[in-house]
Amino acid sequence: MYSSFYHIHFVLLISRQGKVRLTKWYSPYSQKERSKVIRELSGVILTRGPKLCNFVEWRGFKVVYKRYASLYFCMCIDQDDNELEILQIIHHFVEILDRYFGNVCELDLIFNFHKAYFILDEILIAGELQESSKRTIARLIDAQDSLVEIAKEQASSISNMIAQVTK
Amino acid sequence: MGSQGGWGQSKDFLDLVKSIGETRSKAEEDRIVMNEIEILKRRITEPDIPKRKMKEYIIRLVYVEMLGHDASFGYIHAVKMTHDDSLLLKRTGYLAVTLFLNDDHDLIILIVNTIQKDLKSDNYLVVCTALTAVCKLINEETIPAVLPQVVELLGHPKESVRKKAIMALHRFYQRAPSSVAHLLSNFRKKLSDNDPGVMGATLCPLFDLIIADANSYKDLVISFVSILKQVAERRLPKSYDYHQMPAPFIQIRLLKILALLGNGDKQASEHMFTVLGDIFRRCDPSSNIGNAVLYECICCVSSIHSSPKLLESAAEVTSRFLKQSDSHNLKYMGIDALGRLIKISPEIAEDHQLAVIDCLEDPDDTLKRKTFELLYKMTKPSNVEVIADRMIDYMISINDNHYKTEIASRCVELAEQFAPSNQWFIQTMNKVFEHAGDLVNVKVAHNLMRLIAEGFGGDDEGADSQLRSSAVESYLRIIGEPKLPSLLLQVICWVLGEYGTADGKFSASYITGKLCDVAEAHPSDDIVKAYAVTAIMKICAFEIATGRKVELLPECQSLIDELSASHSTDLQQRAYELQTVLGLDALAVETIMPSDASCEDIEVDKSLSFLNGYVQESLVKGARPYIPESERSGMADISNFRSRGHHDSSTHGLKFEAYELPKPSVASRIQPVPLATSKELVPVSQPTYPQEMSQAASMPSVPETGPSELKLQLDGVQKKWGRPTYSPTVPSNSNSSSQKAVNGVAQLVVQGTVGPKTRDVSYDSRKPQVEVSPEKQKLAASLFGGSSSKTGKRPTSTSYKTTRVHSHAAEKSQIPTATVASTEHAAEKAPQPPPPDLLDLGEPTPGYTVIDPFKQLEGLLPSDASSVANSGVSASKSSDIMSLHAESPMSGLIGTVANMGPTNLDSANLLSSLSNLANRNVHGGPAAMQVAPVKKGPNPQDSLEKDAVARQVGVTPSGTNPNLFRDLLG
Repeated sequence: MYSSFYHIHFVLLISRQGKVRLTKWYSPYSQKERSKVIRELSGVILTRGPKLCNFVEWRGFKVVYKRYASLYFCMCIDQDDNELEILQIIHHFVEILDRYFGNVCELDLIFNFHKAYFILDEILIAGELQESSKRTIARLIDAQDSLVEIAKEQASSISNMIAQVTK
Repeated sequence: MGSQGGWGQSKDFLDLVKSIGETRSKAEEDRIVMNEIEILKRRITEPDIPKRKMKEYIIRLVYVEMLGHDASFGYIHAVKMTHDDSLLLKRTGYLAVTLFLNDDHDLIILIVNTIQKDLKSDNYLVVCTALTAVCKLINEETIPAVLPQVVELLGHPKESVRKKAIMALHRFYQRAPSSVAHLLSNFRKKLSDNDPGVMGATLCPLFDLIIADANSYKDLVISFVSILKQVAERRLPKSYDYHQMPAPFIQIRLLKILALLGNGDKQASEHMFTVLGDIFRRCDPSSNIGNAVLYECICCVSSIHSSPKLLESAAEVTSRFLKQSDSHNLKYMGIDALGRLIKISPEIAEDHQLAVIDCLEDPDDTLKRKTFELLYKMTKPSNVEVIADRMIDYMISINDNHYKTEIASRCVELAEQFAPSNQWFIQTMNKVFEHAGDLVNVKVAHNLMRLIAEGFGGDDEGADSQLRSSAVESYLRIIGEPKLPSLLLQVICWVLGEYGTADGKFSASYITGKLCDVAEAHPSDDIVKAYAVTAIMKICAFEIATGRKVELLPECQSLIDELSASHSTDLQQRAYELQTVLGLDALAVETIMPSDASCEDIEVDKSLSFLNGYVQESLVKGARPYIPESERSGMADISNFRSRGHHDSSTHGLKFEAYELPKPSVASRIQPVPLATSKELVPVSQPTYPQEMSQAASMPSVPETGPSELKLQLDGVQKKWGRPTYSPTVPSNSNSSSQKAVNGVAQLVVQGTVGPKTRDVSYDSRKPQVEVSPEKQKLAASLFGGSSSKTGKRPTSTSYKTTRVHSHAAEKSQIPTATVASTEHAAEKAPQPPPPDLLDLGEPTPGYTVIDPFKQLEGLLPSDASSVANSGVSASKSSDIMSLHAESPMSGLIGTVANMGPTNLDSANLLSSLSNLANRNVHGGPAAMQVAPVKKGPNPQDSLEKDAVARQVGVTPSGTNPNLFRDLLG
């Protein structure tokens, strides 16, 4: 049964101008379908007024969206899912981004989309919420980052050594 | 790290992002991306690319793909990067691969070996990364290759690994349930893991398992209830709290599971009563997350075998959602909750009549649709006319084909189930066909024809023929309208052909003339033409059979001539058949085209017994007897062979285990050898399954309304249509049926008196707002009032009055709210600025400040500052941005800030930054740099870097669009 297959079918981050900031597809979509989905949804969501529901019905699915500053966070779910929960998952994601980047802004995500992906991968896995503790996620991301830092330092110290030797 | 800034990217990449940011149209963006693709294609194949550089190329590929372009030329490089030893590169490789590839991609096979290796790594971070990739990439074919290791990881000391291993097993279960069938007990075991995160993750697979087979998990009810109780009582670590709610996401998952387990099971449900009551009491109704949990509670209560007390709490929360909030979200949830609760106790709806009608008239489409869904659920014979009319009005007003289809099929369904009269039924169907046209499933049209042919009245032939006559008349009325959908025309042609001349009102030549017009008006629609010509044939045949002479109209003759030469063989055949029929005598025509015989069964002689004589004769003459295919000896071998071959290919997969003692150079080679050893360990399941799944999954847009939904419920129709209440003759003549069931009369009265008025209501509601509130009362009465008469609680004779009284009372009490609502309504209807053109940024509309951030910023910097920025961009030699800024003249920076001030005086953010500046300037030094993005970054150095890079790419928080810099949370 397709419907119970994924909880969340995809995550989209679109700017108010309709520019794509991040996309993550949990259900399989071809590149062509993806473009179509983005086009259709930005047409629907960006034109909605401010006081309306944060949900839209779309092709038999539901898209829950929330606007933060100039950025729209959208998640697509099945008809009978709990929309308020998804809204909070979005908020959870934003709070974690905020904690990681320190007062996150759109520009952070534009230039660090790969980091946003890493964070999203710790929150959602295969379209399911895998961790609801902010602290746990922060710890894991920090561990990864610090490991990366160590690797960087090592690499640079080795290259320094080589550089000195070959001088 | 040379040109690396705070964002860790090279100048090239920052430039790309910047130039994309500056584009003013989608076409321009596409051009830049295509150019980037060309560059990447060239660079990525160069020999000896440093790994760092390669990592950046991969990220650029991700970027390109994210913008909707094809980066498949680089996939293989991402795959290669997963082989790297450094976690930094490996993580990027895995990230790219999971974003690029669906699980059916050919390249997956090249990653399996790496994943296997990484799952065994000592470093738990490597294992985590690999597990994330497993969830996305491993398909049914490759599950056996990693399954043993994933199972082993369930006992890993790190909770993050255990959690991901659970999720991976869950994915395996979803992809190929049989592959992990022997491991399901692990999920139960992990429920008692001492880490709450692992326990929470375990609820995902358990939920799926319980959907599939609730009975096997009834024993867990007590455990789930006790976990939920502990969570609600805040026994979990504080870090799981979310906005002061204890682990709400885990609570929601548990409630979903309990809803499944308690469904139709009184004993299991009783265990849940206490904890559900607790949650209703404890939940904070003022926070979003509290309401999310409460909503889930309502869903649970409406699914299990509930207690009256719980239902009461649920109804209370629902009513708060609907009434005491301005939030559209909560109203939406309230409508949904109401839809669930009325299944158990329909009377709940009555308390919310006005709230529901407000939602129905709300300008928010989402809310409106949800409300239609609710109305659909509460439709009864007494309110079907109002609801169907409303639905059709709404259907006409929308453009979304998907939803139009859905609402059309709902209208059809309601009309079939509850139609008060034939006339109404046919008119409603006509409207649906006319406006939803070809979106309606073909089956609906066929069912309509069948319904008209078979009739509703059972034995009452008179009623049937009256139905047909009214159908013919209504079709003749609309047949001339332009742009009728093909499907409706088909129905019209068929009905006119069968019954056009049946009651003698219309002459054959009149009907054939109309049919010719239809065929002529739709020259490109072969199906309609075929229906028309066959209908003409029927009319002619009936004429001939009754002994009248048929004179073909000239336009009819020319139509036949035209079709005889048609490219469509089907049309040709029909035309020739028609000509032949015209030449036959009455008796022959009577036999081949009997009148009104569409319902008669045609017996098909499957054994072709009429050929027996011929066969016998041939056998006598010495022909060989027929041997059925299954008994033919030669064939049997071949088919066996074929099926065996098929079998082989399905059970043998690839071998994923490394060879023993592999030589270092060939270690990563994978040979397609039959999977012999691992087959014993792990059963390989049927390969057809995931393909089907992925096919189904690859078409998310198809939610085709299933045939069951659309099927005419012909079995039930007899009963429903046979009821005395819907006497199809004269609905207002209640006297004639007053001797019948008391209940029936109640419905009739309400129908006869309230019905017509309320239909006006639905049209009137668009009149000035002042009138709305009494109209709403009426609408409410017609929608909900019926329920009281239906339940039969009120005395028959007074039912109408009570409804009125009821609505008057409601009127009085609700007027304030209603007027408030209507003024709001008016305010919201005020003209809105046209939506911005999303992809073309060329013309920003006044209503929305669509400003390109980058463009705006150019030139805003005073010369000093821009030289700093420029030097940042150009001086990629300078190794450290910190030092760069330390060197730059302070006066310039202050100038920047000072210049920024006036343009942003309204922005509180910048005001505070100015005051910050004042404070910081006292200390002097590079601290002033911090000013712009006020408190960016967790520490001063980060914020400095962030700001520096922002400048480097030519973006500063000054200018009129601080949006990009605005905190998302704030």
